[in-house]
Amino acid sequence: MLYLNNVEVVYSNVILVLKGVSLELSDGHIVALLGANGAGKSTTLKAISGLLKSEDGRVTDGSIEFNGKEIKNGDAEKIARMGILQVMEGRRVFEQLNVEENLRAASGHWGGASNTAQDLEMVYDYFPKLRTYKKKTSGYLSGGEQQMLVMGRALMGHPKVMLLDEPSLGLAPLVTEQILEIIQLVNEREKVSVLLVEQNATMALSIANHAYVMEDGHIVLDGPAEKLMENEDVKEFYLGLSQVGHKKSYHDVKHYKRRKRWLG
Amino acid sequence: MTLFLQFAIAGITMGALYSLIALGFVLIYKSSKILNFAQGEFVLVGGYVGLFFITQLGLPIWLGVVLLVAALALLGFVIEKLTIRPLVGQPILAIIIMTLGLSLLINGTVICITGSELGTFPQFIPTAPIKIGGAVFSQVYAWCFGIAVILVALSTYFFLYTRYGLYMRATAESHEVAQSVGIKVRSTFTLAWVIAAAIGGIGGFLLGIIMGVSGDLSEFGLKVFPVVLLGGLESIPGAIIGGMVIGLLENVAAGYLDPLMGGGVTEVFPYIIMVIILIFKPYGLFGLTRIERI
Repeated sequence: MLYLNNVEVVYSNVILVLKGVSLELSDGHIVALLGANGAGKSTTLKAISGLLKSEDGRVTDGSIEFNGKEIKNGDAEKIARMGILQVMEGRRVFEQLNVEENLRAASGHWGGASNTAQDLEMVYDYFPKLRTYKKKTSGYLSGGEQQMLVMGRALMGHPKVMLLDEPSLGLAPLVTEQILEIIQLVNEREKVSVLLVEQNATMALSIANHAYVMEDGHIVLDGPAEKLMENEDVKEFYLGLSQVGHKKSYHDVKHYKRRKRWLG
Repeated sequence: MTLFLQFAIAGITMGALYSLIALGFVLIYKSSKILNFAQGEFVLVGGYVGLFFITQLGLPIWLGVVLLVAALALLGFVIEKLTIRPLVGQPILAIIIMTLGLSLLINGTVICITGSELGTFPQFIPTAPIKIGGAVFSQVYAWCFGIAVILVALSTYFFLYTRYGLYMRATAESHEVAQSVGIKVRSTFTLAWVIAAAIGGIGGFLLGIIMGVSGDLSEFGLKVFPVVLLGGLESIPGAIIGGMVIGLLENVAAGYLDPLMGGGVTEVFPYIIMVIILIFKPYGLFGLTRIERI
């Protein structure tokens, strides 16, 4: 349902950040996008959601198709209204508003007849904690609660696709696990496709159907999640595993060379 | 005591009007961080447009007011579309200077058209004076105070409890996040200008009833600054309380000091307060405290 074909992104008319990224998100799937810092993962999400514009970035080549429609360089609010909702990195709640106001602010924008009360109930069912903090100023919530709030806020917009940017960033392992479960639940029950950007590859691969690995603005590797988990390079670089039984020596690592080989 | 009450009543009435005008200013600042130097010109235009409809054309008061609000809303809309929208994304200073230019432009245009003559509205408020505890004052004050309070309450209600008010508050916090959830940020800016202009216009009408319509009305745009700096630039309750406090202090101070100083205290006093606030409490009484969890 969402296709990126050879997408190039340039910031401030000079800095080439994405150098031909192609990926596909099928209906009902969870797709993980892995990669190191600065590989272009967040830029890919922003290229889809249109938020690139507010950072002086533009898609200069390629196409981004959503249900057969070209959405390249579209207005962020229009793309959100079409059902592609990005949950930005860093838990961007409306700090001065309380929990319920945060959720309501995202309501009433999508095309269909919306029933705010019903949508609120749905979000509170997924995140029972939010129900107890309804009237609390969201800036004072804990990190995990804020992450739940921004995800719940995206759900208020009746998403068909959710673009999640590092939902586990800076959260305790237990909270991360909860968030993961909810992502899976939302994916199953609400039929929301998910494009998940993560540094935490183990976590992302455990729930994804398919995964892409990015480096320096390119997709360097892709395949079904289970297959990638078995891939030696992925194990080494992203899962932090090395061959069992062997003592690790810096002589054997040669990160740099192996990365270079990927880039070809 | 009677004298004090007399000054205080006049002060609170002016204060309510300051609050109203400041509210429009805060609305624009909150949603887009633009200091609108042209707010006083909305007051000025409101006064003269009201004069045109009611005194010159002789329309009934209610119809005149409705047309005035519509005209000012249109003015706000056009100004935003023509002059502010193309500058979105440019440094905020450019936009602020643009509002300064607009203020001079509108002011000059109004003077050209009207000759800045003093105009008055026909008497439609009963003239019988009201007495409270020995203080005697004209009913005009009571009416204007009442209307201003109702409008302030309505605006506050709109902002805090309606859907579009919520979208505005959300936009005020982050344009990027607001867009990401589907809020039309640019329409929100337009709405802020429309409301600010309409509110300013009604303020001009009410001030015109109290003191007559003249070129002096635009000075209320400047008086907005002490009000919002006292209350905190981003705070609606701040604008309301700031307006009341400044109005009250200004009138009481003027009442007692004017005979000693030979007049002019009203013109100066708010700015003295402003300087003192800026020194001791630069974010104002209710300015936004950035939430940071440590």
